[in-house]
Amino acid sequence: MATAPKDTSFTAETSRLDAKALVKDLVGTAVLTLLLLTPIVSYKTIMNQGALVLDTRWTLVVALTFVVVVGRLLLHLFVWAPKRPSLTKAVKSVPTVARDTWAPFRKFLNLGLFAIALLVPLIFYLIPGWDKRGIDFAITIMIYIMLGWGLNIVVGLAGLLDLGYVAFYAVGAYAYALLSTVYLPMWFGTGVVPWAFYIVLPLAGLLAALWGVILGFPVLRLRGDYLAIVTLAFGEIIRLVLINWFSFTNGPQGINVPKATFFGLPFKDEPGGFADFFGIAHDRLYSYVFLYYVILGLALVTFFATNRLRRLPIGRAWEALREDEIACRSLGINTTTTKLTAFAIGAMFGGFAGSFFAARQGFVSPESFVYIESALILAIVVLGGLGSQIGIVFSALAIIGSFELFREMGGLGDMIGGLIYLVLPDAIAEPIVSSISAFFGSIATLFYSLLPTSAQEALSGLAGSDPVQFRMLAVGLAMVLMMRWRPRGMVTRRDPTVFLKVKKSVSADLVSQGHG
Amino acid sequence: MTLDWTTDPELRVEHLTMRFGGLTAIGDLSFDVGRKQITALIGPNGAGKTTVFNCITGFYKPSEGLIRLRHPGGKEFLLERMDDFRITQHAKVARTFQNIRLFSGMTALENLMVAQHNALMLASGYTIGGLLGSKRYKRRENEAIETAKYWLNKTHLIARADDPAGDLPYGAQRRLEIARAMCTGPRLLCLDEPAAGLNPRESEELNKLLISVRDDHNMAILLIEHDMSVVMGISDHIVVLDYGRKISDGTPGHVKNDPAVIRAYLGVDDDEADDLNPAKMGVAKGEAIAGRTAKEVAKKGGRT
Amino acid sequence: MEYFLQQLINGLTLGSIYGLIAIGYTMVYGIIGMINFAHGDVFMIGSMVAFIVVLMMGLTGGSGPFLIILALALVVVIAMIIASVYNWTIERVAYKPLRGSFRLAPLISAIGMSIVLQEFVRIAQEGRPKPIQAIITGRHEIMHRAAADGEFIVTISNMQILIIVATVALMAIFTLMINRTSLGRAQRACEQDQKMASLLGIDVDRTISITFILGAALAAFAGMMFFMYYNVTDFFVGFLAGIKAFTAAVLGGIGSIPGAMLGGMVIGLIEVFWSAYFSVEYKDVAAFTILVIVLIFMPQGLLGKPEVEKV
Repeated sequence: MATAPKDTSFTAETSRLDAKALVKDLVGTAVLTLLLLTPIVSYKTIMNQGALVLDTRWTLVVALTFVVVVGRLLLHLFVWAPKRPSLTKAVKSVPTVARDTWAPFRKFLNLGLFAIALLVPLIFYLIPGWDKRGIDFAITIMIYIMLGWGLNIVVGLAGLLDLGYVAFYAVGAYAYALLSTVYLPMWFGTGVVPWAFYIVLPLAGLLAALWGVILGFPVLRLRGDYLAIVTLAFGEIIRLVLINWFSFTNGPQGINVPKATFFGLPFKDEPGGFADFFGIAHDRLYSYVFLYYVILGLALVTFFATNRLRRLPIGRAWEALREDEIACRSLGINTTTTKLTAFAIGAMFGGFAGSFFAARQGFVSPESFVYIESALILAIVVLGGLGSQIGIVFSALAIIGSFELFREMGGLGDMIGGLIYLVLPDAIAEPIVSSISAFFGSIATLFYSLLPTSAQEALSGLAGSDPVQFRMLAVGLAMVLMMRWRPRGMVTRRDPTVFLKVKKSVSADLVSQGHG
Repeated sequence: MTLDWTTDPELRVEHLTMRFGGLTAIGDLSFDVGRKQITALIGPNGAGKTTVFNCITGFYKPSEGLIRLRHPGGKEFLLERMDDFRITQHAKVARTFQNIRLFSGMTALENLMVAQHNALMLASGYTIGGLLGSKRYKRRENEAIETAKYWLNKTHLIARADDPAGDLPYGAQRRLEIARAMCTGPRLLCLDEPAAGLNPRESEELNKLLISVRDDHNMAILLIEHDMSVVMGISDHIVVLDYGRKISDGTPGHVKNDPAVIRAYLGVDDDEADDLNPAKMGVAKGEAIAGRTAKEVAKKGGRT
Repeated sequence: MEYFLQQLINGLTLGSIYGLIAIGYTMVYGIIGMINFAHGDVFMIGSMVAFIVVLMMGLTGGSGPFLIILALALVVVIAMIIASVYNWTIERVAYKPLRGSFRLAPLISAIGMSIVLQEFVRIAQEGRPKPIQAIITGRHEIMHRAAADGEFIVTISNMQILIIVATVALMAIFTLMINRTSLGRAQRACEQDQKMASLLGIDVDRTISITFILGAALAAFAGMMFFMYYNVTDFFVGFLAGIKAFTAAVLGGIGSIPGAMLGGMVIGLIEVFWSAYFSVEYKDVAAFTILVIVLIFMPQGLLGKPEVEKV
């Protein structure tokens, strides 16, 4: 074999790290990487006066191969090698009842997160230049957290892989769009429009749940992997219908919809607007803050409802279903309706989020509801640890947050600097900020100088591109790596829903995920 | 106690036939399971015992035949027409599995709570009441916990109530599966090899548990078992299958002296069977055979 | 009638492409029981590699026929090799370590891999569709009828002939390989029972790897035909083609190789006739709807065996 299998457990006994095998492995890796990169990276197609021509990028190929080989060498030296002798023993001694040393802290963690969530607008408000941008950004993250929590009911609790979750998000958004622009004015007159958000929000959830039932009913008998494909197909069908049913949805152009109001008061600089009513100066900031608290509220409803559902028979049945469907049926549980409720309730929260999304953007179009959005939400759930709500918060922050911040690389530096200046007096802050930037700068320069010149050129070419471009690539990689190393996600504990004497967390090694 | 199972049986299987493609797994099988009796279904490996179970509990739809279950009140169910979960829910048949199927990531207590799903679901007002924090549900949930505690005590698992089911030793998992089946409140309990993999002490405890289920809870038990010490020790009635057909049916005493049974277990030719006739050989031989596990016997016999 | 015939030819062409991809799905499913969600993207890789190599060679429709044939043969080989390397690596990195993990793990990993491949190509080659001039040109008139309401002509292009003939040839070779060689035997043995196969001295890992390689080679061929037929490719072609090919595999009976081919043809024909007689906009909706209907009402497919649930 050109490369030794990367699976550590198999090679634990046989291949201790001798130099010959290592070299062979690294050469194999290099050859493989070169083959993988050759035509697709080495030749870039460029449009030149209407015809495609090729541009060669061998430097980039060499640089990437170099990075891969060095990375593998480092893995061999530091990650795989030291663990090998202990690996077999470690497997046996995994405690199945997780020693929950973090239990007291987790309560504080939840409270702390909650406090931070409440204070987000204030925090961003205090950072110069970040007030609107930061809060808007927090709203985006919060939408994804809510979507993650909604999908978590379906995937994490009931163990049903849903690849078309975004369809319910779309149902919610279009429910708001169509009701607020067409049907509500038609039925009740235009006076009702400022209140549209409050009327439609519950309806959107119900509609999405209804769609969940309609779509779910025929397919929920299917095995896990078939179910995934069918839900994907449903998601795409809904999107294609939204694109093509021009007379109803206005097709790809989308629909302009009224934005959410403060209980009937629009956030506009006009008489009868929010600012006018309270007699304060108009500032778009108010609308951001308001929207933030609305989505925070919706997300918290999702959170607490899910937590409560888990402790009800239906929630226990979901988790039992995830563990073993046949055993469930032998206990008299109607697995179809049980799955359907999970599907419908998950869909309902998706619908709420969709309706909020439309009211916040002021615009909906089918483009927002592509498959990759479903995959992104799924990735948030998977990376957060299937079934773990707090894990989802962190993975949403990591996936959505980090990249948006990367986009504003400079902004990130400014923000940290700004924070430091805010907390500390200028005289102390200045040396700290400059030394931090010097520190990271020198590390970067050090790495950079270690590379061959050709690689330096190639990297500086890449660095010019937008880092957000790499988001989905990183997400995909993270999903693969996660399944390899931490298949149960970051948070690997399951809290029992009922207990007699002590509440012992169940280690994820025992928890099955999904059925077949 | 009457040993008659035919007059008012809990379960009556009539002309049951199950075919998979060209293979007839069960052919024209009829037998009765008496009320408050332990009925054992025995036979060599591959005789179709688990298939019978799967037909009774609705996991398979039989090709032909009737499976009639009558509650003491006279209410009758035709199990072959019902969905598997409805059989448990309405006809009150509970089962365990040959290869244990516990919810291994849930605690022992949670496993027993899931078993009381239908009753709790009703009490929670199909979730809505429970979501709003109804008192009635709270009360019902506490009752459910009491039921679970009762069965945990009964199966000596109370100390492990808060441990994940997958973490329990093998014998405890077997007992937990029985406790879980009992928590569904069944009339008929179907156990698929409950003693498999148990040590003699655990087998003994299992016998006591099953007898108590029969006598204290007035329940009918249908049991597949290879361990003859369990079968002969506690059964009131034994049905012997071979190649999907019934070859013997009667009390333990009757069955263990039946030449057809010995033939099936030892796999001898028909003319040799006469030599093995217990009437000629004496009963001791029959008992000796019955005392060994069927697997051992089958291994020694000509059966491949 | 003429219109129908024309659509039939178009449908068979498209169906050949779907069928070739579907074989990869069906083989992998047969042997390790998972949906290789990234298979559509391996098809895309094959298509993209072939596209770049053609561009590299400067091949155009104006080159001499002999040169074109020789060059295309080379392109096929390169595309197949690279796509095979990709699929082999995917299996090694993303699926093999997950054998024995919970059931959804390899599927989630496959979804991740599919995203990785798409994004990798998008970043490396930019997202815009890449057009190219037709390389194999020319068409033959096979029916011509003048009627009162106009003229009806049925044609078959050289490209269509190439696709259909090459597919039939590949299928024949492939079927022979599965039925006659020891490799095919090992593969069928692994489908039946992996543990037993390994006890009998079959290298199961190797057999699985070869399955992925074969599937990728067929998908790469399909990818090359795809871009030469439509004269365009991009990083996203694998998504739709992949789902349709998966539908074909399920329709034919997942696990069955002739079934995959048959399913591919049926899906190709349905898609083309739907576009021709009903609406082009909803042709993908039609394909997805078929997928849903097949999975719900006949999950064992046309040539598959029903699964018996083990309790």
